[in-house]
Amino acid sequence: MTSTPYLSLSIWVPIIAGLLVLALGSGNRAPLARALALAGSIAGFLVTIPLYTGFDPALATMQFSEYASWIPAFHVNYHLGIDGISLWFVLLNSFMTILVVLAGWEVIEDRPAQYLAAFLIMSGLINGVFASLDAILFYVFFEAMLIPMFIIIGVWGGPRRVYAALKFFLYTLLGSLLMLAAFIYMFLKAGNSFEILGFHALQMPLHVQELIFVALFMSFAVKVPMWPVHTWLPDAHVEAPTGGSVILAAITLKIGAYGFLRFNLPIAPDAAHALAPVMITLSLIAVVYIGLVALVQSDMKKLVAYSSISHMGFVTLGFFVFNPLGIEGGLLQMISHGFVSGAMFLCIGVLYDRMHSRRIADYGGVANTMPKFAAFFMLFAMANAGLPGTSGFIGEFLVTLGALQANFWYAFLAATTLIFGAAYTLWMYKRVVFGDIANASVRALTDIGMREFAFLAILAACVLAMGIYPKPFTEPMHASVNKLIQQTMLKKI
Amino acid sequence: MTSYLSLLAPAAPEIVLLALVSIVLVADLFIDDSRRMTTYFLSQLTLLITLLVLVAAPHGGPVYTFHNMYVDDTLGRALKGLVLVAVSLVFAYSKTYAEQRDMLKGELFTLMLFSTLGMMVLISANHFLTLYLGLELLALCQYALVAMQRDSARASEAAMKYFVLGALASGLLLYGMSMIYGATGGQLGLQAVAQALAAPGVDHGLAAVGTVFIVAGLAFKLGVVPFHMWIPDVYEGAPTVMTLFVGTAPKIAGVAFFVRMLGEGLAPLSHDWQQMLVIMAVLSMALGNITAIAQTNIKRMLAYSTISHMGFVLLGILAASQQGYAAATYYSVAYTLMGLAAFGMILLLSRAGFEAENLDDFKGLNRRSPWFAFVMLLVMISMAGIPPSVGFFAKLSVLRAALDAGFTWLVVVAVLLSLVGAFYYLRVIKLMYMDEPVDQAPIEGDLDLRVLLSLNGLAVLLFGVLPQPLLALFDHAIVQSLR
Repeated sequence: MTSTPYLSLSIWVPIIAGLLVLALGSGNRAPLARALALAGSIAGFLVTIPLYTGFDPALATMQFSEYASWIPAFHVNYHLGIDGISLWFVLLNSFMTILVVLAGWEVIEDRPAQYLAAFLIMSGLINGVFASLDAILFYVFFEAMLIPMFIIIGVWGGPRRVYAALKFFLYTLLGSLLMLAAFIYMFLKAGNSFEILGFHALQMPLHVQELIFVALFMSFAVKVPMWPVHTWLPDAHVEAPTGGSVILAAITLKIGAYGFLRFNLPIAPDAAHALAPVMITLSLIAVVYIGLVALVQSDMKKLVAYSSISHMGFVTLGFFVFNPLGIEGGLLQMISHGFVSGAMFLCIGVLYDRMHSRRIADYGGVANTMPKFAAFFMLFAMANAGLPGTSGFIGEFLVTLGALQANFWYAFLAATTLIFGAAYTLWMYKRVVFGDIANASVRALTDIGMREFAFLAILAACVLAMGIYPKPFTEPMHASVNKLIQQTMLKKI
Repeated sequence: MTSYLSLLAPAAPEIVLLALVSIVLVADLFIDDSRRMTTYFLSQLTLLITLLVLVAAPHGGPVYTFHNMYVDDTLGRALKGLVLVAVSLVFAYSKTYAEQRDMLKGELFTLMLFSTLGMMVLISANHFLTLYLGLELLALCQYALVAMQRDSARASEAAMKYFVLGALASGLLLYGMSMIYGATGGQLGLQAVAQALAAPGVDHGLAAVGTVFIVAGLAFKLGVVPFHMWIPDVYEGAPTVMTLFVGTAPKIAGVAFFVRMLGEGLAPLSHDWQQMLVIMAVLSMALGNITAIAQTNIKRMLAYSTISHMGFVLLGILAASQQGYAAATYYSVAYTLMGLAAFGMILLLSRAGFEAENLDDFKGLNRRSPWFAFVMLLVMISMAGIPPSVGFFAKLSVLRAALDAGFTWLVVVAVLLSLVGAFYYLRVIKLMYMDEPVDQAPIEGDLDLRVLLSLNGLAVLLFGVLPQPLLALFDHAIVQSLR
């Protein structure tokens, strides 16, 4: 334990930076707030880089562990650690935070310090969620994260922001409270310990496992979100400011899927097998039905929001076919979706900042006035549709293969997303970007500036890199995924 | 003579407090209205000296005195210390508000100090009579305090309701005690009652009926459904400083009373009172949380919120385990901390001729004062039981105790109802952060009020990040007191 506590740093650097922004940047010192926030987010990302470089891909155990007693009266410990599953999300989250800070640079004029601080604090809390190995610590981060998000949506969001923010909060809270009850139950079963890895080893009869599974499912399914508890997402996305949408889509949705891998599958494997048909059905409904719903949206953000739900259906499908292809495919899909959906929301944000409209019908012929932007948007739209060579393809392909091993019809239905995904994304792209210039305000558009170019280019590089050479992304996962598969195959009754 | 002094020593803080209050009472006669602040300082000094005596007194295990009528133990000391701090905060929060409304009289302080004395006696009581004595001293002062603004019809009505229902509750309590007295063959000391009830051949039916009356009386005092009717009217009708006082420190004493009575005296009958408590807990959490949603007056909303919080406290007590009692006391302390900050915030927003009583008065607080909006945010998330806040660990500890005692379904009901509760706390956050202010006046308030309120709010966060000391204190105290 003499090594540098990188995980703690990845949690606390952004939080402290956020508090500094709040303390120093309020009032009319917005430039200082922005500079501080950017520095804080970059520092927050830099401290996570050693997590990747120092990560040993051969090990399936938790690495970079930190352990300290926190609340002995409750047997709660400050226990952190990451494996090949959580590693990527810590990195992704810290990385996206920089982009979010950049995206809100000049756009947010109302209390920018509070806005930026909320994102930084949330970034640290989200890292805490992914790195926690103690259930209460996990819960604390999981819940605390809701507060900044609630405020981000509610203060800087669109016209129906208050409704969306409340809906988001209450949906999520409903799930997490049941999860808390399950945690306490397992705490008592495990002999007064909140260690998540200890929960993995608990022997429980099937009906108990099923109840625990359902309680955890309620929490994570809302986060993912799975059909039919997805309805908060389109509202939250549409009303959230661009940065909020990016973090919601790129990171917080991943927490739900991560929760399935960290909690549901290893803690209640028998229940997971017993309930897998239900989970697969829900996932496929999300993939197919929500894909169709996305097709008819007239609001760009709503379209991408529904597309997110559909993509996340793919992820959960991959998890519940219980083979390495499915789970790794799901994980890759999550990372890719982080980049792609983040980029899509940023693109829509670029348009919205200029036109103050998200309606597809208000656009047309944007390519004529914003050629550079159109090129980037094209790439991301293709990635969203799962074109080979982009990151979107890898995950979808692996999940489909994994599903094929389980059942032909799962794979068949899942593969329809390649058609629907292409249909809704490219149709939207066509209506917005191609064609003649639709109206005077489109004619007046200016192409992206340096700042916008920077964040779109970085994301484009990520999307292509992951699509062309995914090995660096998959390598650290293998050991952990194999261990997880073993755990799910174990009978614990 | 020395033996007589050693007999008095365990009650030294109460004796000192009584002596000092009497001095304040007399001294105040010679102070005219323009220099009433002197009384304030004397009162604060009284509390400080009492606290010092409490801390300085030598302390080992529990010491019983006055023929086992009185006990000095860690539980009592911890709670008394917290009560003294809470009352001191009440004074500090109240003084400007009271001054602006012509309520800064000597009676305000002396009545509050006497009722503090009542709370301390209640906390340390080890005998039915001492319990009753402390309770009545506390309650009588409170009736008078609520009625202090005697020209206000609303306050008088609240006081009248409080008095009538409170007297009824006291009657129920006494009646129950008399039945226990009969059933146990003339015992009133808590340990003696417990022994007698556990002995074979006790008239269980009579004891159970007595328990029902006692629990009903206790429930009245704590304000849990179905004995909650007075709470919303008193909270809303009383001047805010009185609500602040009635709604905070006495909860600690009330829960201590509950714990000692049920956990020690009536412990052998736990199966009888557990069932009652289950019903009351569920009803309190449900009615409190659901009714609070419909309120537009923040004092009334907080009143219903109190009812639901007391439901959670019962959840800890009904576990009938040491863990449960510790959780319940911890919860009461956490609640007091949050209540002080919440009512303190109302006082901060009020000014001469203006009562910040409606939820709408909190609109746009973030624009008027980002810092106090943040403090209120902390208090609200704590009341909703969202981490990292003291309220979360309070809820966690009662839930754990209830689950450990096998009340799984009750825990599920409780978490679902706390979701309902989260809604109206969130609404306050929404008003502060997402709406435009209706009231543009700058936040005034004295420096000490602002500083203390800030510290109070930060304490809610601090005890949520580092809950260990308080949790361990109560775990230890309960183990020591209720062997």
